[in-house]
Amino acid sequence: MKRVALLGMPNTGKSTLFNRITGGSARVGNWPGVTVDLLAGKLLLGGEMVEFIDLPGIYDMHGYSDDEQVVRHFLHDNVPDLVVVVLNATQIERQLSLLLQLRSLDLNLIVLLNMADETRKLGITINRRKMAEMLELPILLVSAKFGRGVPEVLEAITRTLRYPTPGMAEDLRAQLENDDHIEVEMARVLSQSVEIPVRMSDSDTDRLDRLMLHPFWGLPIFFLIMFLLFKCIFLLGQPLQSEVASAFTAIRESALEPLLLAVLPPPLLGFLLDGVYNGVATVASFVPIIVLFFLFMAIVEDTGYLSRAAFLMDALMARMGLDGRSFVMLLMGFGCNVPALMGTRVIRSRGQRLLSMLVIPFSLCSARLQVFVFITAALFAPPHAPLVLFSLYLASFAAALLTALIFKKRLSSDEPFVLELPPYRFPTMRQLWLRSWHEVSHFLRRASLFIVAGVVLAWVLTNFPTGAYPGSLDTWAGMIGSQLNFMFAPLGIPPELTIALILGFIAKEIVVGSLAVIYGHHALDALANTLTHQLDWVQAYSFMLFTLIYTPCLSTIATLRSESKSGGFTLVALAWSLSLAWLVSFLFYQAARALGY
Amino acid sequence: MPKVSSAPASEPLSGLRPGDIATIVGLHTADDALRQRLLALGMRTGKTIIIMRQAPFGGPLQVRLGSTDLLIRTNEADKISVRKT
Ligand SMILES: Nc1nc2c(ncn2[C@@H]2O[C@H](COP(=O)(O)OP(=O)(O)O)[C@@H](O)[C@H]2O)c(=O)[nH]1
Repeated sequence: MKRVALLGMPNTGKSTLFNRITGGSARVGNWPGVTVDLLAGKLLLGGEMVEFIDLPGIYDMHGYSDDEQVVRHFLHDNVPDLVVVVLNATQIERQLSLLLQLRSLDLNLIVLLNMADETRKLGITINRRKMAEMLELPILLVSAKFGRGVPEVLEAITRTLRYPTPGMAEDLRAQLENDDHIEVEMARVLSQSVEIPVRMSDSDTDRLDRLMLHPFWGLPIFFLIMFLLFKCIFLLGQPLQSEVASAFTAIRESALEPLLLAVLPPPLLGFLLDGVYNGVATVASFVPIIVLFFLFMAIVEDTGYLSRAAFLMDALMARMGLDGRSFVMLLMGFGCNVPALMGTRVIRSRGQRLLSMLVIPFSLCSARLQVFVFITAALFAPPHAPLVLFSLYLASFAAALLTALIFKKRLSSDEPFVLELPPYRFPTMRQLWLRSWHEVSHFLRRASLFIVAGVVLAWVLTNFPTGAYPGSLDTWAGMIGSQLNFMFAPLGIPPELTIALILGFIAKEIVVGSLAVIYGHHALDALANTLTHQLDWVQAYSFMLFTLIYTPCLSTIATLRSESKSGGFTLVALAWSLSLAWLVSFLFYQAARALGY
Repeated sequence: MPKVSSAPASEPLSGLRPGDIATIVGLHTADDALRQRLLALGMRTGKTIIIMRQAPFGGPLQVRLGSTDLLIRTNEADKISVRKT
């Protein structure tokens, strides 16, 4: 199969073009020598299957950033039959340098000058023929977003693929010539084929930025936008999430249980319904949130506002070793950690991305909030309840801050922070849907098996050995809870609650329900009553601190693993949050007791 | 590699104020990664640069080079010397 790679600087419209060409059929592929996810899609061209690969955006063929290394390794180990170089035509005067570097390699090239629609507006004229003649390369003007020029691109690709691929030299870097030479060449090509107005007119982007990046109003506007974004995603998402959950319950109660109860022995039934089926339901409940998250996040990204957020928040975040985009994801983590972790993919430096992924799970998500609201209502007087909840939010921020400060040295990146600020653009519906679709299928493919397996494991632990009352101290989970008593007693957490913590690994949504089972209640007010007799407020608060910090849920762990592609990192993240949770609860509990509470 | 300029009026980019227009006279950094990135982004000697604004609390600068707007942190902007025009 012939291989065509799309290559260009960041933000030139490679992904847009890639989506145009491959539709929604693209998949994440595995490539020798490459550690990041690269999308690949197939297309029939001239009677032959051709595979297209969307390479990460790079500025420089001999740069040192993570993405630049990925591209070099990719080209080295998977020599493409054709490289389609995508340039942003409105920035041609600077992007030509990458093309000239590529031209000095033995590669088959086609050049696309994308965003042709914007050049016209800016008054930039490019003499395509002249440029093609001087560079001795095929050059086409396209507008990937609107699909203009794309059929011609496919034709040109088909034509070029008929010729055999030139050999690729062993060492790319040895082939690269000095930049000085490129500078001269750039000036020569530009002066003869491109006309750029001396002064760019005051654009809509400039006018809008005067408000959005205002020295005083910029930050309040940013927080307002974040607030609205959060409300849109999670106010719409949570009802959908519970609807998915109740649909799964309804199917189970009305169809699966009556059908299977008669034919299957109880352990197998439990395994299938409480294990596998519940696991699938857990996976499914994340689908609406992920779709909505990326619909709205794609708007924020595609309009160009995310880079503005990075600008506004940078002074504060740089001290934590993060940037403004991590802050946006951290905020969104207060709705749900899973999509927030997936959203960190916009951060291109691996160190910064891992640091963000380490910090996000401390965001007090809505599932944990449910647990805290229940326990607070049961154990604290109404006037104190809001203060207790507020203090937990503060603890959540403090845990995130502390983690960032501790790990920033270890995960620091030497990548220079120089970010491009693109003009404001309207996203298209097509782009938004494709993005959501890609992310959901990515989540389903990468995380669902792990989640289902975890739910099954928890079912086994809370239902065996045979004869033990499910969820009781006699089950394996209960035994573990009792065995771990020496660790949890200093936190004031009794074995019953330790079982709830073990179950809470799966999802915080089931913690309250599992407490009801553990204490043998069905009604929640009876459970609340029991809790007030079993615990005092110090124990309850210690339990909540532990619940807040130790780990959000199995789906978060699965996402950490699939996004970092590193089991080691996932283990470190898990071990760190468990240790921190233990330490914080221990300090709180012992201090409160020492003070006589 | 662009030569370090010894022109008397040159100053670091970080010292300019919003609205200032300047010409780049040199990049002073031993950090190859930073130098390459700056070059690839069009920060070459002789190029004209416009300071658009600075982010709150001493945050990064927004600068314009031709048709490209860039964010650059002040400690990186320290390493670019410019001459006001
Ligand atoms: N006006 C215009 N915008 C485009 C065009 N192609 C892509 N874009 C926009 O440019 C931005 C970056 O595109 P993207 O495909 O994410 O770039 P990548 O980083 O190179 O993959 C997005 O906001 C796109 O909507 C085009 O032909 N015209």
